[in-house]
Amino acid sequence: MAAINRDDVAHLARLAHIEMSAEELDRMAVELAVIVDSVKSVSEAAGEDVPATSHPIPLTNVFREDVVGHTFTAEQALSGAPDAFENRFKVPAILDED
Amino acid sequence: MSVDATLSFEEAMEKYDPVLGFEVHVELNTKTKMFSSAPNVFGDEPNTNVNEVDLGMPGVLPVVNKTAVESSIKIGLALNCKIAETCRFARKNYFYPDTPKNFQTSQYDEPIAYDGYLDIELEDGTVFRVEIERAHMEEDAGKLTHMGGAAGRIQGADYSLVDYNRSGVPLVEIVTKPIEGAGSRAPELAKAYVAAVREIVKNLGVSDAKMERGNVRCDANVSLRPHGRERFGIRSETKNVNSLRAVEHAVRYEIQRHAAVLDSGEPVIQETRHWHEDTRSTTSGRPKSDADDYRYFPEPDLVPVVASREWVEELRATLPEPPAERRKRLKEAWGYSDLEFRDVVNAGVMDSIEETIAAGASADVARKWWMGEIVGRAKVADVDPSELGVTPQVIVELNKLVEDGKINNKMATQVLDGVLAGEGTPAEIVEKRGLAVVSDDGPLLEAIDAALAAQPDVAEKIRGGKVQAIGAIVGGVMKATRGQADAGRVRELILEKLGVQG
Repeated sequence: MAAINRDDVAHLARLAHIEMSAEELDRMAVELAVIVDSVKSVSEAAGEDVPATSHPIPLTNVFREDVVGHTFTAEQALSGAPDAFENRFKVPAILDED
Repeated sequence: MSVDATLSFEEAMEKYDPVLGFEVHVELNTKTKMFSSAPNVFGDEPNTNVNEVDLGMPGVLPVVNKTAVESSIKIGLALNCKIAETCRFARKNYFYPDTPKNFQTSQYDEPIAYDGYLDIELEDGTVFRVEIERAHMEEDAGKLTHMGGAAGRIQGADYSLVDYNRSGVPLVEIVTKPIEGAGSRAPELAKAYVAAVREIVKNLGVSDAKMERGNVRCDANVSLRPHGRERFGIRSETKNVNSLRAVEHAVRYEIQRHAAVLDSGEPVIQETRHWHEDTRSTTSGRPKSDADDYRYFPEPDLVPVVASREWVEELRATLPEPPAERRKRLKEAWGYSDLEFRDVVNAGVMDSIEETIAAGASADVARKWWMGEIVGRAKVADVDPSELGVTPQVIVELNKLVEDGKINNKMATQVLDGVLAGEGTPAEIVEKRGLAVVSDDGPLLEAIDAALAAQPDVAEKIRGGKVQAIGAIVGGVMKATRGQADAGRVRELILEKLGVQG
């Protein structure tokens, strides 16, 4: 039984700001269900002695010393901005967040 | 904007029991950001303390700032937390222009520090233990300025301007467990808790801890339940309450507002509230919704942080004495009364007094100078007493001049003014201003003869045993010497002259 359905996909699409048609939602629900099922088989194969793996390589503590490096100028920082004003990025007002 | 109904605080307390919770964000004062080598500096020109990592450009890789991790561990230790042997970063996904990556790098189920506590001393000495749930590492977001609409408020804004200088500044978020049992002292406890956290991070040297700059920011959760009920009520979260006074007021206001909602039979809405300093009230932000589904997952670009016990103990060994313990120790050592010590702390001269005592002054002399003379002058000059320009050495030197009888107390304050005016050391000023006490008996004796001659009836009274009448003669001598005589010596000489036992 798939752990993901069409409503889940619609919810995720909204969260991810992806516009999806009804057909796309149908198709993606099926495809994602297959992926979720595949992951589930892997989970079943791994015993309790196998810890969840977030990183494939057993590296830890990759740190940087607290030394100032390079920065952009404001012009460089804003060079790809769709709109700017007084060296700041200009964006539409968004009201439903704080 | 509608005004919410409120009950009086007293009535709210009669009917309900408040439960609090705090999320305090502390900006670390590392030289660089959490995941990039761009400078962590407040107040620079917009978008100049940024590089590709802070702007969330495609294909870039974050690298963890080691000093920020160490600062986070220190904060955890100072909050009596356990330090995780291993922990990871996680992505908190949301779309908002303050975060160019569309996720904030934070920690989710594996905070670096957890299960701590802080003992908070209230004004009357009551100690209240606040349990710490966790302290985790994350990054700050960029700064938005809402333009158009009503005076910078987000409601009605036409557009927003974004400065990413703050983006990626290292943050430690400290989360309490639900705080029960504070009762009517909830607002006071709220203020004292945030003050204690601020003091601790400042004392650790890991944050500039300036609330007015947003170095320490508080989100305050409040819920009410009827007395005797175990289950918590529905809470509101008041965001960005950014002064100690505001924390106290916001908690008090929310208690009063919740009480009115509950009294009307309605449920409290679980939502974000915005604090307004001008009206001392909160307004509704947004309700909790689907948008709070942040889909946290482990940050694939950052490997886990392993805090070996050796490393943790090394860091523990560097911790300064906790502020509350230090205060207790100093109060006992100095022998000040509760009131005297509280005044010293409130005046912000505890450190200065400690330094002055270390330089050789007694505790009472140090307090007399700092509280009696310097605090008042600092207030007039509108600076911190420690920044007025009086060093511990000046006080030690002034006091020695007084003790040696070279100058009297009145002159000493003039010398202090001279020091502040940049006229030199106390000894130099005594010289330059000609302030030395007249200690050569010759001129004094002349002045005494003159004073006695001018008031023969008084002289007769003293001879007759009415020693208290001597004040009139001493006064005459002091006047004749323009206050530069040592009054004690003058008195001795008069008595000697008249052959009377003091």
